[in-house]
Amino acid sequence: MEKLFLIIKREYLTRVKKRSFILTTILTPLAFALFFLVVGFIFSYESDDVKRVAILDEAGILESGGVSNERNLVFIPEEKSLEELRQNLESLEYDGILRIPPITNLYAKSYTIFYYSEKPPTLDVETLISSKINKRIEAYKIQELQLDVAQLEALDSKVSINPEPLDENGEDSSQFTGAIGAAIGSFMGIIMYMTVFIYGMMVMRSVMEEKTNRIVEVMISSVRPFQLMLGKIIGVGAVGLTQIAIWAVLIPTLGFLVTLIFGIDTSGMQGMQNMGSGAAQAIDPEDAANMAQQILLAMGELNWGMILVLFLFYFLGGFFLYSSLFAAVGSAMSDDLGESQALTLPITIPVLIAFYIMFAAVQSPNSSLAIWASIFPLFSPIVMPARLAFQPPVWEVALSMGVLIATCILFVWISSRIYRVGILMYGKKVTLRTLGKWIFYKD
Amino acid sequence: MKPILKLEEVVKTYGDHVAVDHVSFEVNKGAIFGLLGPNGAGKTSIIRIITTITRADSGQVYLNGEKLGSRHPNTIGYMPEERGLYRKMKVGDHLIYLARLKGLSKTDAKTAIDYWLEKFEITHWWNKKVEELSKGMQQKIQFIATVVHNPQILILDEPFSGLDPINTNLIKSEILRMKHAGTSIIFSTHRMEQVEEICEHIALIDQGKNVLEGQVANIKQQFKENLFEIHYEGQPVLPERAGLQVVSNEGGRLIIQLEDDRASNQILQELLKQSIYIHSFREILPSLNEIFIRQVETDKRS
Repeated sequence: MEKLFLIIKREYLTRVKKRSFILTTILTPLAFALFFLVVGFIFSYESDDVKRVAILDEAGILESGGVSNERNLVFIPEEKSLEELRQNLESLEYDGILRIPPITNLYAKSYTIFYYSEKPPTLDVETLISSKINKRIEAYKIQELQLDVAQLEALDSKVSINPEPLDENGEDSSQFTGAIGAAIGSFMGIIMYMTVFIYGMMVMRSVMEEKTNRIVEVMISSVRPFQLMLGKIIGVGAVGLTQIAIWAVLIPTLGFLVTLIFGIDTSGMQGMQNMGSGAAQAIDPEDAANMAQQILLAMGELNWGMILVLFLFYFLGGFFLYSSLFAAVGSAMSDDLGESQALTLPITIPVLIAFYIMFAAVQSPNSSLAIWASIFPLFSPIVMPARLAFQPPVWEVALSMGVLIATCILFVWISSRIYRVGILMYGKKVTLRTLGKWIFYKD
Repeated sequence: MKPILKLEEVVKTYGDHVAVDHVSFEVNKGAIFGLLGPNGAGKTSIIRIITTITRADSGQVYLNGEKLGSRHPNTIGYMPEERGLYRKMKVGDHLIYLARLKGLSKTDAKTAIDYWLEKFEITHWWNKKVEELSKGMQQKIQFIATVVHNPQILILDEPFSGLDPINTNLIKSEILRMKHAGTSIIFSTHRMEQVEEICEHIALIDQGKNVLEGQVANIKQQFKENLFEIHYEGQPVLPERAGLQVVSNEGGRLIIQLEDDRASNQILQELLKQSIYIHSFREILPSLNEIFIRQVETDKRS
């Protein structure tokens, strides 16, 4: 036991003390923060030169109210003729002329207005102008057709679905539960997927290094091969947990700081929305606040303690299961890269399949594919965390956990059987068949 | 003397291949025991059984009269033929790690390592990374790692391979010093001249079998061909007698073979009577190398 602890300690400390570990652990959140900073900056960017636009209102739609100015766009109603304006554009210090032709048909669905300038307007200027004029035309039509404003506003309604349980005492979930479950689920699934690959591969490389380095024979004259393998897996697993824990604290903190210091908030995001949906109306701030509240409410309804504990369980389970396989394969490897790929492929394929099933499970968390994949031990570490936010039945979780624990023990045992033979085997071409034979070798 | 290590009919197979075939031998306390044999003979397989890396399929191994078990690795120091260290670790940390895996406490490990580093005058290496050291330097560290826990049995597999003459001598004298301090040493090699120098007792392994075992001096007696070499000046006349054969005679160097080695005294007496000058008269004993080759050849034929 004491020797196992010594091995774990060394495996953990040598990795955590490495400069590359410290750098990636700290730089990754910084990179995220920088990314959001740049994105925020890009979307909040506005050209600083102010454009003056003369408006020739031939339709008379602006009589009921002018066009409000924007930060970098000034609208000035003009009485001069188009010809006059066109010729004296520069001396009058205009950048463009907007001509609104008379409206002949109040029932037309589309209208064309004209913009005269040296250079065609940029996309944002174009969308801004058309949305402003559209509003004016709307107001003009209401006035001309003598429509009732209150009635018109009543037409503008939305429908949202609020899921209710059949059983009256059942838990009421908010309309956002599905979306939040999917978001949390795929986030967890992706973390699991990365963990299995990054840290599993780390175990494999380390086993391979010990073998090609020839330190391994010295080591196993002091400790049992099983202790060495287990110590390595636990040590690397602890490194993974450390890294994820640091990120879990650092990323939200940095995100918060970035928002606080640089004030990249709704204004930037609204710019994004305007760009994306063209003339669509910006979200009503009241609606947005309401939605945020609902999301928070829905998130509050989730059993976070349970989700975190289970996530930790599946993290460890998936890590032990796959990294023991990676250790077994690493012990059989030589420096030959092609050969090592042939050996890792059978491990990476289930991980990839699980990754895709995870996305399907997030879409429909109670499909039979999702249920069985979250019980099958090779997939469950990635698929089950993705389903956790959807409150899967207790028996499914319990069964999945039981199967995973049993499989972990089995795989660690099998892997240690392969490992003890593999680390002392040099210069032999190894196939999956030979690995299978090694399991049954005597000690 | 009570043997510290005793192997009884040890067998180890890998698949269809019999790596160790009913091998028995004993190693005495404070002795240097040579485990000899060509490459692939099964030496490393035997060593791995003694170091508890693998287990024998059948047969018994006793250490200090006890059956080999899980606590014994702490009393064994093993330097494998193919050796290595963690390249990224610092020398001091590395040695402490390996010493603690042998059951030493942190302070004991530190004291022992300080002693050895001072002895080799390399205390300033403590904070150097292993990869910064030359190959020869790494070998020294490897040797320290093998003996740091003061093992009762020291098993060295080709300890001098890759060592320069200075380091070879350094390690050799350390081995001899430890032997005098009571450590038993198993020395595995196929380099015979090293064995003749330092081993008193050997076992010759070939194709997994122990084909020859005993005191080096006895084995030489057993394999000698009663050859005698005489360096002389003048014209010696050899007496006519049965059982005497001249093997060669040129340039003042005469080699004869006797059927009965006890007859050598009489021959020398007769030669001394003649008016010749005898520089030397000595019995030619076979080198271990010759015995080794002869034994392996006969093994192959049978």
